[in-house]
Amino acid sequence: MTNEQIRQAVLQIISVIAPDEELTHVKSDVPLRDQLELDSMDFLDIVMELRKRYSVEVPEADYGQLASLDSCVTYLAPKLKDK
Amino acid sequence: MPPTHYDVIIIGAGMSGLAAAIRLAYFEKRVLVLERHYAGGGLNSYYALGGYQFDVGLHAMTNYVPPGTRGAPLTKICRQLRLTLEDFALVPQYQSEIRFPGITLRFNNDFEFFTQEVIEHFPAQKNNFLRLVRCIQEYDELDLEAKPMSGRRIVSSFLTDPLLIDMLFCPLMIYGNAAEHDMEFGQFVVMFKSIFCEGLARPREGVRRIINVLRRKVREVGGTVRMRCGVKALHVEDGRVRSVELDNGETLTADTILSSAGYVETLRLCDDGEPEPLAPLAGRLSFVEIISILDTPMKSLGHNSTIVFYNTEKDFHYEVPKDLVDPRSGVICCSDNFLYTKPLPKSMIRMTCLANFDGWSTLPEADYVAAKAEWLPRIHREVLQFIPDFRDHIVFTDFFTPRTIKYWTGHLNGAVYGMPNKRKTGRTHLENLFICGNDQGFLGIVGAMLSGISMANLHVLQK
Repeated sequence: MTNEQIRQAVLQIISVIAPDEELTHVKSDVPLRDQLELDSMDFLDIVMELRKRYSVEVPEADYGQLASLDSCVTYLAPKLKDK
Repeated sequence: MPPTHYDVIIIGAGMSGLAAAIRLAYFEKRVLVLERHYAGGGLNSYYALGGYQFDVGLHAMTNYVPPGTRGAPLTKICRQLRLTLEDFALVPQYQSEIRFPGITLRFNNDFEFFTQEVIEHFPAQKNNFLRLVRCIQEYDELDLEAKPMSGRRIVSSFLTDPLLIDMLFCPLMIYGNAAEHDMEFGQFVVMFKSIFCEGLARPREGVRRIINVLRRKVREVGGTVRMRCGVKALHVEDGRVRSVELDNGETLTADTILSSAGYVETLRLCDDGEPEPLAPLAGRLSFVEIISILDTPMKSLGHNSTIVFYNTEKDFHYEVPKDLVDPRSGVICCSDNFLYTKPLPKSMIRMTCLANFDGWSTLPEADYVAAKAEWLPRIHREVLQFIPDFRDHIVFTDFFTPRTIKYWTGHLNGAVYGMPNKRKTGRTHLENLFICGNDQGFLGIVGAMLSGISMANLHVLQK
């Protein structure tokens, strides 16, 4: 997947987890938590959806890497490059 | 042939079990829900009698927030279950009341209104009440490691008027307290937020709507529910549940067992003996409920309130009654008095009072029927102090007791709020057996779903 595809994939996951959030104006370099109402249950779900959809494992120690869209892309790019 | 091994077997198709099943099946666990009864819902179920449809448990669903409300428990469970608020088709209440001799506090789904009511009737308590509210709003009721604290002690450190304290505890205890006399502070906070800060609502079709939405979702995400399929025993070996024996003799296995049958009830299914004396742990608070079908809505008799929590004496007593029923306090609910766009086809009134399980369950059949006939007018006499006389409009009445609740739900003592000392982590002495539902700690319909969700997350998905 390209970086843009990864970005879209993460946004798609967030839209499934939090359909009530407006995602069109989400800034890539700002922590998701500062822009959206996402709690720890929702972050667990981002991880779970990544596993379900792309068989990507995110160990708990790495949850912090998913803070913003940019950091998601950086962290996930090597894991998703062949998908 | 259906499989005999699952990732997770869930005992009970109540709100917590179904919610757990949705989470687990959605994330590709092989899930089986086992339910002994032919109707789902557990303590919030339904039945038909005399050609009428009745709900059990549900007067109103607490925790109601309008669509789009952020951070509320109802929003959380919708997200976690991949459902929308519209799926539950909730209709907000009109207005409810807490009535004590000579004083009424009204509340609706706007917390500001309730705050004003409290300030108007208890002006001297204004600042105390506002400080209490701040403390409640800052309290993290989702912390599973929190130490239990006395609710009465903490609330009394803010409020100095015993009448206001009792008027706050009355609805919160009746709607969700497993212990007599006092309420754990965390539980008080959960109930305060769910009833006063959030609010009450009801699906037009009653509890069936909620159960059907959950069951449909379980199917959609690939989980299986087997009805009329009770668990007879959990066979234990080396600190784990090795197999699940069903009433019909079948044996199944699972990596994890999640039980909503109750803590004591679940441990008694295990064949490794009691890890601790279980009997004293069981909850004891149960209720009788009288549901009458009326030929006219209560509104036409001048009664608009959705729910009335009443208390006929100066002090409020929340305890197992010595007599069969304690009619001195209770709940009167009119399912018509929600903000529907068109009226319900059948008008109904329900009255709920604390009751004594041992008393009801030891009566011989003839005396049991006679006791209901005796208590009906006694309860009417008390509630008629608060609502217009509707007795000439009764078309049909059903009266159920703690014995009925025990029979259909399997919960010991017909205890509707489970055991007083909650097992918040859901853990048992067996490494692959966990509990969810009432005895885990979140109560009410939304609370039960949240319980199933958090236990599924904590003990299966996060592993």
